[in-house]
Amino acid sequence: MRYVVLIAYEPGGWAEASHEVRQQHVDAHHAFERYVDEHGRRLSSAALSDADLATTIRRDGGGSDVVTDGPFVELAEQIGGYYDVELPDLDAAITAGRLLPRAYTVEIRSVVGVEGYESL
Amino acid sequence: MSVGGPAATSGDPADVLATVVRQEWGRLTALLLARFRRLDLVEDALADAVETATRRWTRDGLPDNPAAWLHTAARRRVLDRLRAEAMAHRKAPLLIVEAERVEGSPVLADPGDLVEDDLLRLVLMCTHPALDPAAASALTLRLVLGVSTADIARLFLVPEPTMAARITRAKRKIVTAGIPFAVPSADVLPERLDTVAQTAYLAFTAGYAPGSGPDVVRTGLAGEAIRLVRVVLALRPDAPVLVALLALMLLQHSRRDARVDDSGRIVLLPDQDRSRWHRDEVDEAVRLLRSPGLAGPVTLQAAGYAVQARIAVEHATARTAAETAWDRVVAHYDELVALTPTPSARLARAVAVAEASGPHEGLAALAGLDDLLAHSHRLPAVRAELLTRAGDRDGARAAYDLAIERCGNDAERALLLERRADLRPDRDGAGGRGGRVTPTA
Repeated sequence: MRYVVLIAYEPGGWAEASHEVRQQHVDAHHAFERYVDEHGRRLSSAALSDADLATTIRRDGGGSDVVTDGPFVELAEQIGGYYDVELPDLDAAITAGRLLPRAYTVEIRSVVGVEGYESL
Repeated sequence: MSVGGPAATSGDPADVLATVVRQEWGRLTALLLARFRRLDLVEDALADAVETATRRWTRDGLPDNPAAWLHTAARRRVLDRLRAEAMAHRKAPLLIVEAERVEGSPVLADPGDLVEDDLLRLVLMCTHPALDPAAASALTLRLVLGVSTADIARLFLVPEPTMAARITRAKRKIVTAGIPFAVPSADVLPERLDTVAQTAYLAFTAGYAPGSGPDVVRTGLAGEAIRLVRVVLALRPDAPVLVALLALMLLQHSRRDARVDDSGRIVLLPDQDRSRWHRDEVDEAVRLLRSPGLAGPVTLQAAGYAVQARIAVEHATARTAAETAWDRVVAHYDELVALTPTPSARLARAVAVAEASGPHEGLAALAGLDDLLAHSHRLPAVRAELLTRAGDRDGARAAYDLAIERCGNDAERALLLERRADLRPDRDGAGGRGGRVTPTA
C-alpha cells in the first residue's frame, strides 16, 4: 500500500531547538527511513516552508478567485513536511510513524486511485 | 477445533442454523477472509449462504455438517463473484486460477490451530486502534459473532440505517487504510489485546447505561460482549487483560435480574434481592481472579479491570449489604486510585470511606473533586447523602438541589427528588432510609 505520512508540528520548534534536540530529530528521521527501506520503499519526501509563508487561492464560485498571503486555516500545529512511502499495511506505517520525532503529530493517509481517472 | 466439528443433523433446521451461525460465524468469516482477503465479498457471501440454507435445509433436510455446508456455499459464492469481476475487468485471471486451484484442498480437515489463528486475526482486524471504538465494537459483533446489523442497531439503540452506515464506514476504513488481517508480533500483541478488551467493554457498558431504553435489550448487548470476550479468551487463555475483564463483566452482569424492580425503576446495590444474583457467574469470576496470570506483571489496563473486579467481589460475596467488608473495599479503591487517579475512582473511594469510617471521613475524601467533576450530578448527590448522615440537613438540601439540576437521567432524578423530599425538617435522625450513598446499581 502507498501511504503519505503528514508531519505536523508547533511552528518555531526547530528554530528554537538546541543542537542536541536537532540531532535527535535527525536521528529519528533516519530511523524512519531505515525502517521504510527495510520493509518497503521511499517514493518522495519534503520539508515544507512555514505555513505563514503559504499562498492561498480562495475560490468564490464566481469568476473572481482571490489570491491571499498565508495558510487557509490558522492552527496551533501546522503541516511541516511529508513522506510518500510504500509499506505492506497500516501496522507497518504506524510502526514507522512512531519512529519520527516525538515533537510531531503524525497523520497517515493511504493513497487511493480515483475511479475512472487512472492517470490521477 | 476446526470449522464444522460435531455435526448436528437432527432438530429443527431453523434452530440448527441459528446455532451454527451463533457458534461458527466468526470462524467461517476468518477462514474465508484468510483465503480471499476480500471483506466485502466474504460477508455478503456468508449472508447469502445463510439465506439459501434457510430454504434448502427446510426442503431437503439438514446436511451432515452444517458449518461445512455454509462454508462451501459461501466459498462458491465468492468464487462466482470473483469470476464475474474478472470477466468485467479482464485483469484478474491469475487470482481465479489460484483460488480454484486450492478449492479442492481439505480446508475443513486443517489442524485447528490454523483456523483459530485466523479467528484471532479477524478479531484483531475488527478492533484495530485506528478504527473508531464504537464502530469497532459494532463491527466485531457483526463479523466475529454474526449478530445481524438490525440486531446490533437495536442493541446500541440507534436506527438500523445509522448502524449500517457505521459498519460500512469501518469496513471501508479497513480496506482503504490497509488495516492488516494479521496477528502482530509478540511485543505488540499485549497492547492489541488491551484494545480488544476495551472494544468489548465499550459494548458491555453501552448495555448498562442506566435508565435509557428497555433493560432487556441492553442486557442482551452485555451478554454479546461477554460472548466476545469468551471467544477471544479461548484463543489466548492466559491473556491477563481478558481474564480480568471477563471477571469484571460477569460480576456486573450477575446482578442484571436484581437491578430493576417490577415497575422498571433502578434498584440500588444495597437494596437488591441478592437471591436474584447469578451465583454461578460470581463463582466463575472469583475463580478467574485467582488465575496465575494475574499474579505476575500485567498492563495498567489489566490491573485496573482486576481491581474493579475485586471490589465487585466484595459486594457479590457479602451475604447482606450490612456485612460488606468496607475496609477491604477501601483498600481496593486505594489501589485503584493509585493505578488510575480518575475523579470517578476518587468519588467511589470516598463513598467506601464513608461506609467504613463514617460520613465526616467520607466528606473529607471528597475534597478537591469539585473542579474535576464540575458537571457531574453524582458528586453533589454523594455529598448530599453524607451531609444527611452527618446531620446537616440544610447543606444536604442545597447539595440535592445542585444534583437534581445537573442530572440528565429520568430514573436517577426521580430517586434524587425522593431523597430530597425525605429531608423534612421535622424528621428526626440523620440516617435517612437505609443510607444508600452509592448510585451504582
